[in-house]
Amino acid sequence: MKKISITLTVNGQKKTVEVTPNERLIDVLRYRLDLRSVKAGCLKGECGSCLVLMNGKPVKSCLILAAEADGSEITTVEGLGSLNKPALIQKAFIEAFGYQCGFCTSGFILLGHWILENMPDASEEEIKEILNGILCRCTGYKQIIEAIKLAQKWKRERK
Amino acid sequence: MSPYKYVGKPIPRADVDKVFGDAIFSFDVTLPGMLYAKLVGATQAHAKIKHIDYSKALQVPGVVAVFTGAEFPQKIGIYAADRDVLAREKVLYYGHPIAAVVAESLEAAENAAELIEVEYEPLPAVFDVKDALKPDAPILHERLAEYKHASFIYPEPGTNIATRVKLRKGDVEEGFAKADVIVEDTYREPLVSQAYLENWVGVARVKSDGTVEIWSSHQSPFAVRELLAASLGLPIGKVIVYHLYTGGGFGGKAGILLEHIPVLLSMKLGGRPVRLELNREENFHYMAQRAGYIFEMKTAATKDGKLIAHQGRYLLDAGAYADYTVNVARSVTFMAFGPYEIPNIHIDTCAVYTNKVPTTAFRGFGLMELFFASEQQIDQLAEKLGMDPVEFRLKNALIPGKSITPTQRRLREDAGAPADTIRRTAELIGWDKPLEKPKEPWKRRGRGIAAFWKGPVQPSSAAASAVVKLNEDGSVDLLVGTGEMGQGTVSALRQIVAEELGIEPEKVRVSPIRSTNLVPYTWQTVGSRGLYSDGQALMRALEDLKSQIRKVAAQIFKVFEDEIEIKDGKAYVKGKPWDSVTLAEIALGYMFPDGETIHGPLIGRGSHVPVQTTFLDPETGAGEPKPFITFGAGAVEVEVDLLNMQVKVIRAATVYDTPVINPGLAYGQVYGGLVMGMGLALTEQLVFDDHGRLLNPNLTDYKVFRAGDIPKEIKAEFLGVGQRNAPYGAKGIGELTMLAWPAAIINAIYDAIGVRVKETPATPDKLLKEIREQKPELLEEVRKQLLG
Repeated sequence: MKKISITLTVNGQKKTVEVTPNERLIDVLRYRLDLRSVKAGCLKGECGSCLVLMNGKPVKSCLILAAEADGSEITTVEGLGSLNKPALIQKAFIEAFGYQCGFCTSGFILLGHWILENMPDASEEEIKEILNGILCRCTGYKQIIEAIKLAQKWKRERK
Repeated sequence: MSPYKYVGKPIPRADVDKVFGDAIFSFDVTLPGMLYAKLVGATQAHAKIKHIDYSKALQVPGVVAVFTGAEFPQKIGIYAADRDVLAREKVLYYGHPIAAVVAESLEAAENAAELIEVEYEPLPAVFDVKDALKPDAPILHERLAEYKHASFIYPEPGTNIATRVKLRKGDVEEGFAKADVIVEDTYREPLVSQAYLENWVGVARVKSDGTVEIWSSHQSPFAVRELLAASLGLPIGKVIVYHLYTGGGFGGKAGILLEHIPVLLSMKLGGRPVRLELNREENFHYMAQRAGYIFEMKTAATKDGKLIAHQGRYLLDAGAYADYTVNVARSVTFMAFGPYEIPNIHIDTCAVYTNKVPTTAFRGFGLMELFFASEQQIDQLAEKLGMDPVEFRLKNALIPGKSITPTQRRLREDAGAPADTIRRTAELIGWDKPLEKPKEPWKRRGRGIAAFWKGPVQPSSAAASAVVKLNEDGSVDLLVGTGEMGQGTVSALRQIVAEELGIEPEKVRVSPIRSTNLVPYTWQTVGSRGLYSDGQALMRALEDLKSQIRKVAAQIFKVFEDEIEIKDGKAYVKGKPWDSVTLAEIALGYMFPDGETIHGPLIGRGSHVPVQTTFLDPETGAGEPKPFITFGAGAVEVEVDLLNMQVKVIRAATVYDTPVINPGLAYGQVYGGLVMGMGLALTEQLVFDDHGRLLNPNLTDYKVFRAGDIPKEIKAEFLGVGQRNAPYGAKGIGELTMLAWPAAIINAIYDAIGVRVKETPATPDKLLKEIREQKPELLEEVRKQLLG
């Protein structure tokens, strides 16, 4: 198959990769760029374990062809922060026990981060509507919602 | 408030790496030179394999080999070796793995798998448990008599019965003769899926010295090692199982899964690493799901509100292979009914093979399913007696130190607080307060409650062990063999180490990768046993380490060992905290000023086996099956929408008797168990067509609850009633958090509309059907309200 050269800005770093036209964004992120936080639970857009931010918007990376993503900016949890320098939302997920097995966690953290950046005053109902798009089997969602609300509170207090 | 510094407090989890993308799951494992395997599933539910043509598959570039069942005579299975590696001679269910393609890339393996042609000779199939029990039923396992099985499993060759379990206590006929009210009913639950988010994956290689290494998504590394060795005829010492983070298990990854397949493929291919990863659809077919159930119950009480007899015929639809389901059959039999004392009990249980996907454990090990039935029996009896359901439950609740359990043992004095959990749950849900009336006249509110009890279903020899190593900086490495699949046991164990040594939890490390050759043994990561069993081993390991600390410090301070106090990461003579040595200073032993060094590295070890648990009598079930039992109750308020037949859980309340090590983790289990239980009550089911084909092997049509579905209000409490020998009194709760919900929800629907749904899930179509049959006037009433 003919290869296409694409350029992505992943977590702030420019990356150029050769991809086949049928390659998905998730495969490029996981296997070419070693971003293992991007998980595959279904590869059909059902679960959201592969969710990343593309040009600031949440997308399920199994539903995006790598070629479509050419020129875009991608953020994964690796790009949000680290143990020594955690993002607000990551700190809140730790504090509020917003994860258990961790397989869906990256997607929920990125959605939480999007809410914090774009709808910092989102109500609990609005948060739930946004989270409805992806699945968690362990937590029953409550502590995920609490984590996002905690991050909202911290953000408000900082202002 | 907790009297301890760390125990009882919401200390962050040990696995914070999951939040930063640093966590490595089995799914993430790749090895240099790795090959990819792809399985081919059967397209018949029951058929002889006449011919498999894989010549075209072999021509696909990148394909290394294709294997069929003929090459693998081994039999696999935890309690009965009833499973072929790949189907041999015949297939037993739609999706049954029949061939394996190995290629240089996953894509090549997938493309080649599509080209494999199988010629079948169809056989009559059986999908219904009751049909499978008929004398003329098609038989799935003709060679049942040849299968190796555990001593407490009783397969019946010549039939589809995978095991039969009996329980006899008292004399039920006499009990029924004395009864004033009797309720006889049947309850059904379909096959469902554990639906964890990480599909199963395994990567195996065989080293030149014959050592087999496997990285796979499982709960119990030592069970995988034992079963892999036993089924492949390998010495235990030649098998290394790596446990990484597991993306959810819920019983579905309890024992050996498909580890034997990549191992055998690697053996055939000169030891090259082979990765077998399942996609979602494959995971629904190749991994064992949860059994279906039929509970036929006849339960009696006297007019003063005392339970007097219970007779049950319990049938488990085990699918094509019974895996843990044969032991789940024991679980539902030996618990018999809810947490109540009944003098006369008679139960016959069968796990039955059918031509459907194989089945295994699911969080709760059959008890959520049992209580779905028994807690409806309780409500129906209370109604007949004209008694309040809570009062009726309290009248019959087991009393520690007094009551005799179904397996004819006196409940230990410190077993817990069954009645208190029921009473407190009722208070939290506002049992005696009037229900709010919904604004819309087509909506109805109701409340329901269910009580539960459970302990691990394990052999009396189920052991655990732990090692704690003190490091030169005063930090500690905690080595345990239990798995981490989200439940957080290792986080709680870490807190216990911190508490006992007086060091910050961050200074206690549990390696996220635990391999069976490097960590101490534990039987399995199942049954809510980890904190209790591994926790007791850990307490002993810490005692061992502390005695070494005291020994060294006593020599330093020239006092007797019992005069040494260990606190805040230091050791000193009691009453003289100003003169101390730090744990860091003595980690490798202690050097006196003249260079003389004593003791060497400090390392504690501890072992555990359950006390007082025994074999059970095969004819009566008498004996002690459980090292501990956690008691609790759950109640809900639901709203039934009679226009769209949707049931919404508005609020939930639940109480457990045990103390907890970490409330953050414990509440996490509570919320997760609640939402999972709601799903099983209302939406989740595996649906098969008339040919046994699974129609919903995906997460769109297999309906798992989402964030917007959770109750507005959830109240949960732990009463702090500990068991003496448990670590800090704490018993397990992981599975317990799910047990109440289907029963409580169905009881609440009955309270709301007077219609009883005796089959899960209570989907809108089923609810409408039941209303039409049981109470058609309800629909007329709503019609009138709407049209005026």
